[in-house]
Amino acid sequence: MTTRLENTTAGEIVRTINAERHRIGATATGMVLTLIIVTDEENQSDATRAASYSAMEHPCRIITLIPRPGRVEPQLDANIDVGDTMGPGETVRLRLRGALADHAASVALPLLLPDTPVVVWWPTRAPEVPAEDPVGSLAQRRITDVAAEHHPLHSLLTRQTGYVAGDTDLAWTRTTVWRSMLAAALDLPFARITGVDVRCERSNPSGVLLQAWLHNCLKVPVQLHRSQGPGITDVTIHTADGPIELSRPDGRTARLSRPNVNAHDVPLPRRDLRDLIGEELRRLDPDDTYAEALAAVEVPKPARRKRAARKPATESQGDSDA
Amino acid sequence: MRQAEFDSANPLRSPLDRRLPRVAGPCALVIFGVTGDLSRKKLMPAVYDLANRGLLPPSFALVGFARRDYSGEDFAQEVHDSVREYSRTEFREDVWAQLAQGFRFVAGDFSDDTAFDALAATVTALANEQGTGGNTAFYLSIPPGMFPLVVQQLKRSGLASDDRGGWRRVVVEKPFGHDLTSAQELNQVLDEVFPSGSIFRIDHYLGKETVQNLLALRFANTLYEPIWNSNYIDHVQITMAEDIGIGSRAGYYDGIGAARDVIQNHLLQLMALTAMEEPVSFAAEHVRLEKEKVLASVVLPEDLDAHTARGQYGPGWQGGEEVIGYMQEANIPPTSTTETYAAITLHVDTRRWAGVPFYLRTGKRLGRRVSEIAVVFKRAPHLPFATTDTEELGSNTLVIRVQPDEGITMKFGSKVPGTQMEVRDVTMDFAYGDSFTESSPEAYERLILDVLLGDPPLFPRHEEVEMSWQILDPILQNWAANGKPEEYDPGTWGPASSDEMLARDGRVWRRP
Repeated sequence: MTTRLENTTAGEIVRTINAERHRIGATATGMVLTLIIVTDEENQSDATRAASYSAMEHPCRIITLIPRPGRVEPQLDANIDVGDTMGPGETVRLRLRGALADHAASVALPLLLPDTPVVVWWPTRAPEVPAEDPVGSLAQRRITDVAAEHHPLHSLLTRQTGYVAGDTDLAWTRTTVWRSMLAAALDLPFARITGVDVRCERSNPSGVLLQAWLHNCLKVPVQLHRSQGPGITDVTIHTADGPIELSRPDGRTARLSRPNVNAHDVPLPRRDLRDLIGEELRRLDPDDTYAEALAAVEVPKPARRKRAARKPATESQGDSDA
Repeated sequence: MRQAEFDSANPLRSPLDRRLPRVAGPCALVIFGVTGDLSRKKLMPAVYDLANRGLLPPSFALVGFARRDYSGEDFAQEVHDSVREYSRTEFREDVWAQLAQGFRFVAGDFSDDTAFDALAATVTALANEQGTGGNTAFYLSIPPGMFPLVVQQLKRSGLASDDRGGWRRVVVEKPFGHDLTSAQELNQVLDEVFPSGSIFRIDHYLGKETVQNLLALRFANTLYEPIWNSNYIDHVQITMAEDIGIGSRAGYYDGIGAARDVIQNHLLQLMALTAMEEPVSFAAEHVRLEKEKVLASVVLPEDLDAHTARGQYGPGWQGGEEVIGYMQEANIPPTSTTETYAAITLHVDTRRWAGVPFYLRTGKRLGRRVSEIAVVFKRAPHLPFATTDTEELGSNTLVIRVQPDEGITMKFGSKVPGTQMEVRDVTMDFAYGDSFTESSPEAYERLILDVLLGDPPLFPRHEEVEMSWQILDPILQNWAANGKPEEYDPGTWGPASSDEMLARDGRVWRRP
């Protein structure tokens, strides 16, 4: 059941949550974290739903902050869901009107669960340095998504300069299934690796991160090529015995082929938001591997080439000169 | 250990990179008795769930071996159906299709040399077709009487030897014998062909999340260790109760009974985990070492009649349903003295546990299905309240609920609101079931993955099995010499003698 509070305060919201819990006989024990979502009207519904789904795995209090700046009197409106519809957690959707929109942290702070980790997630536009944002500074872990921003690769560079331990990005989370499958492919003996080709959609930040990660791990030139997508489509690891290739043209099933062994089809579906958020909430310590991959990202300045798209463009990484 | 070396050879794996799941290396799983109940309801669905969670390598292969005359497609269809019905995670055709590529079926009898030669050829072919690298695990989902035959066949056909590269592992299920001698014989059979590090004895109980959490609870926290000893703990009750009868399992159950079926493996393992000292590390050998020390220091009560109890469920009404007694079940001989309820008292002769009895009980047709470890603390030595104030105060209790409704309960006294000083028991609860069930894997998933990873911290070694029999054998002999077990009403918590057994020590069973 949704409780609506108009023109309210954080104190009253806390009292309402507690009363509601008391009424349904539930206790607030077992909640492991507070998740703050900072978003706009357009995205709040999808983001909150994805987060409450992951609350099945990580029971949490979800606070969705929806700033509505404008020339109106500052006002705080809240929609509170406790129990049933939103899984075992509880959801508080807050609309911050007028000048209050600039003081979101003051509203969020009293609502944090005591002595448990805080995670902030910006499903669309994130601040330049998430850790220095007033809301971001409340959290141990800050989740951004450069793929949802206007210029993903440009934003990726912003993440790189603004990185503080505890930052993470869903573009990186999207590479996990690829990284896992590639690692499994190299569990079998393989010959010396000479180079890698990664193919992905234009301006795909996950492809760029995957390229950087492969370069960090394998210490060989890793070339990035454009494809029609969706997302990342191919990774070819060239070895002295021939290529080990993982290719996923349809966004669902990939084919893994390697020298001297029959090719296999492996499921490698693109994952939805709730899967990605679920994975993010599983670990709350800084992700060093992401930090290293992000640091190694080199995005070429968006070269405004005129009609040069006949040949697939190549963006290079590492010691090669392509 | 092996896994670590394996990983370091792979440049894409790093201990820092904790998002990448621990995926099993390339391998084939050969299941004997693949058409049996366990295989259909538990093993196959667990294999599928692992695949669905992305924890099996792309080159994974599964070979079924059974007497039935299946074609490869029939086999895939049969597995498909049981997986659809019993898998824990959502059924996805693309995952299934990928997994089914690696399925093979070999029909034959266990005494049939040609069938095993065909199996050997299949496994060898898979090394190239699927890229299993020759790594093979043999799962013996068959009666233990068949073990010698199958193991010898594995040896004869060359399947058991790792000359052609890759590892070989063998997985067996309980019962691990029915007394010390038979357990030793069984071990000899396996030991002749497989090195002891390659023999995995599956106790699905030990794969339960809560059992593993017991280690986390004890050794990752500072709160419990200081009080985890005889200074504060009065006694420990370990219970595994079932509300069902033996059903159609008369052939297996009669002559075995509750103690052999449950206490020897599950309850003694739970006791060992509860009582053991902190292991040097969570490496398999270190955990086993500590468990073995507990089992080695167990002493039995002098008077076995007074400190053990057994019963057999009679006919009656249970939970609104009329049920038949054990003696009326199909195929039970009228002379049967098999117990369906067993309770025993054990002492662990160490400084930590001196004077703290461990009460272990198990039974069928009891009040409800529950498994738990209850650590009951001593009463406060002095209560600065009037006796009437604390009349309703019991002992502080920490309960680790293994199943169902996994979690931890702490029971302690609290003041009742009001003007009077009145202290009553309240509970504080941590429930896995509420929040983590979505991702909590089935025990078999965890155990199969551990076998494929070659990571055996949860599997009992033959020393532990033999020590357990050493503990149980005198009790079983005493019972065998003393006629029939006492009858108890279905749906209750066991025979009167088990309540008397605790009453003699001035204690009572907790109602779980």
